[in-house]
Amino acid sequence: MENIEQKLISRINEHATPLRIMHVCGTHERTISKYAIRDIISDDVQLLSGPGCPVCVTPVEDIDFAIELARSGKVITSFGDMMRVPGTTGSLFDARSDGYDIRMVYSIDDAIKIAKDNPTLEIVFFGIGFETTAPSNAAALLRGVPENFSILTSHKLMPPAMEILTRDTNVDGFLAPGHVSTIIGTEKYDQISEKGFPIVVTGFEALDVLLGIAMVQNQLETGRSCVENAYPRCVNVEGNLKAREMLYQVFKKTDSKWRGIGMIENSGLALKKEFDQFDAVNVHADIYKELHEKRASESDNVDGENRLYEECICAEILTARAQPPQCPLFGRRCSPEAPVGPCMVSLEGTCYNWYKYRHNKGI
Amino acid sequence: MCIAIPGKITSILNENTATVDIGGIKREVNLDLIGGADSSLIGKHALVHVGYAISLISDEESEEVLKLLRDVMDLS
Ligand code: SF4
Repeated sequence: MENIEQKLISRINEHATPLRIMHVCGTHERTISKYAIRDIISDDVQLLSGPGCPVCVTPVEDIDFAIELARSGKVITSFGDMMRVPGTTGSLFDARSDGYDIRMVYSIDDAIKIAKDNPTLEIVFFGIGFETTAPSNAAALLRGVPENFSILTSHKLMPPAMEILTRDTNVDGFLAPGHVSTIIGTEKYDQISEKGFPIVVTGFEALDVLLGIAMVQNQLETGRSCVENAYPRCVNVEGNLKAREMLYQVFKKTDSKWRGIGMIENSGLALKKEFDQFDAVNVHADIYKELHEKRASESDNVDGENRLYEECICAEILTARAQPPQCPLFGRRCSPEAPVGPCMVSLEGTCYNWYKYRHNKGI
Repeated sequence: MCIAIPGKITSILNENTATVDIGGIKREVNLDLIGGADSSLIGKHALVHVGYAISLISDEESEEVLKLLRDVMDLS
């Protein structure tokens, strides 16, 4: 295999022309940073990191709502990464230190178990993530969940964000996210590629990423732009139909706010009316309304997330308008041990990966 | 969070759940998203994400990838 990797690197470098390839998956950033792929391929081939970390794009409003629910006595459950991302008044972990009941879970099923084991408590599962994660919530709701269980859903869909990036960011092509694509298939990217952007669905080994880069490069060289699949062991054209069917039995598309990008039409998932009794926004409508009224009255807080960390440039990082070392806090006040912005929190965050794998090299 | 890990389905526990071996560690994994659990899945590899199998991993992978590799290399 090493030999094949070498050959791919030579192939990429021999054919290098100025070119900007964006990935939109935190796990791709991990592979690229871990194997120093930016260092071994030509500087002409730039690898940009887009909004592929679900924790990083979750808006402050949703974190604030989760914390407010905890403060009003509900039990908040979520994935570990979500715990340390700061909202307006700190993170879920901070709220836990203040004595509120916040529990880390590995899957929605763990959260449901907590609800079953504690029928007198109200359990809220803070569901975040892209197309890969949302179907598991759908499957759980379709199987049936206890009455004291609800979901605060902050799920996002990747193709609409890629569409926006083709307009707002200078990109030539994409490495499409392998795991999102197991669910949505390769065909969901057709519309974007038809606008002139090569797209290669890519896996997560170093070899996969090198192959994805070479295939994007190849399309551009031969004047093509289509959707190709470099991850056939997990992804096919139509994706996981069963998972998608369950997903859309439970959720409907809705406009959604992405941290760093803003509102994107039809880029989020909301629970359908039939599931109102499990929708935290509906079940705890009083708390939701109060929080939003408070936010609206603090008129200068509309741009709350930027005010929160004045020097943090996460918004630029998430749209590849800047790289982590350009942030004045990177490696100084902001590190994985003490993250200031969300991009430094998650294993999939761009700042986290640059810090972990590149910082010691003085980059 | 979006990290998915391949594992081998080793036994079926009930209609939705199987035991999956992920790098030597056994985990209970829900199979609803790949059509539920049945014994024909034992021995197959699945991609596991937040406690759910999200796709089966095809056995013919190496051949297909080799073909892709050949295609890009041939150009050079
Ligand atoms: S280094 Fe920290 S503060 Fe700066 S952009 Fe990254 S996460 Fe934000």
